[in-house]
Amino acid sequence: MERIPILRMGRTLLVTIQLDMHDAHAIQLQEDLSSRIVQTGAKGVLIDISALDVVDSFIARAIANISSMAELLDARCVLVGMQPSVAITLVEMGAKMTGVRTALNVERGMDLLRSVSL
Amino acid sequence: MIAEPETDTGCQLRSDHDIAASRQLVRKLSQDLGFSLVDQTKLVTATSELARNTVKYGGGGEMRVEQVRRGAELGLKVTFVDQGPGIADIQKAMSEGWSSGSGLGLGLSGSKRLVNDFDIESRPGEGTRVTITRWRRI
Repeated sequence: MERIPILRMGRTLLVTIQLDMHDAHAIQLQEDLSSRIVQTGAKGVLIDISALDVVDSFIARAIANISSMAELLDARCVLVGMQPSVAITLVEMGAKMTGVRTALNVERGMDLLRSVSL
Repeated sequence: MIAEPETDTGCQLRSDHDIAASRQLVRKLSQDLGFSLVDQTKLVTATSELARNTVKYGGGGEMRVEQVRRGAELGLKVTFVDQGPGIADIQKAMSEGWSSGSGLGLGLSGSKRLVNDFDIESRPGEGTRVTITRWRRI
């Protein structure tokens, strides 16, 4: 199975979701990311979903879980790049991604991580 | 016994991969039908929820997609059928929200909010059929 790549930039881990995310990818990402946070001592995780044209409740939950998990491992997590149609759909279906920090794009996400993880 | 859908456009729903394939098929057909990006996304998201239910709780099944017309409206109707264990208490399954954890109904209440018409038929021991339609003015 293809894996979602995790890149390291200083003390931040960068995850760009490019593929049509299958459920198994989401589960694998949780595992891979938690090990990488511990291995690298990363203080921040940035997840870019600008290429995702659908986020259903399973993927929304997986992202919310990844965010909580990162916090437990002493890393701040920011979700960036959500498409407007995805945001409208999630709100309408009642999928609350409580506790997930967001920013409009990668640049603002990096700024936010710098301000919260120092 | 819940009847098999007639084979129109559609796909099998047996695996993770099929859930992704169902999203792609409905995306393409809703684009072809001229749905706005937001309407496409709502219908594709509802499809993803229901396809997952079919795979995970229905023991697999299939999806059928058809173009429908009602006066000055065009619609895309998507049907999910399985011969799985069925749902004993549909009202309860429908009322369980996104945050209720795993189990039936995770995607039912959410997907209902994303479409114009939603119909569910289920008999314990026989299977489940869910039909959704999203309409647009011509």
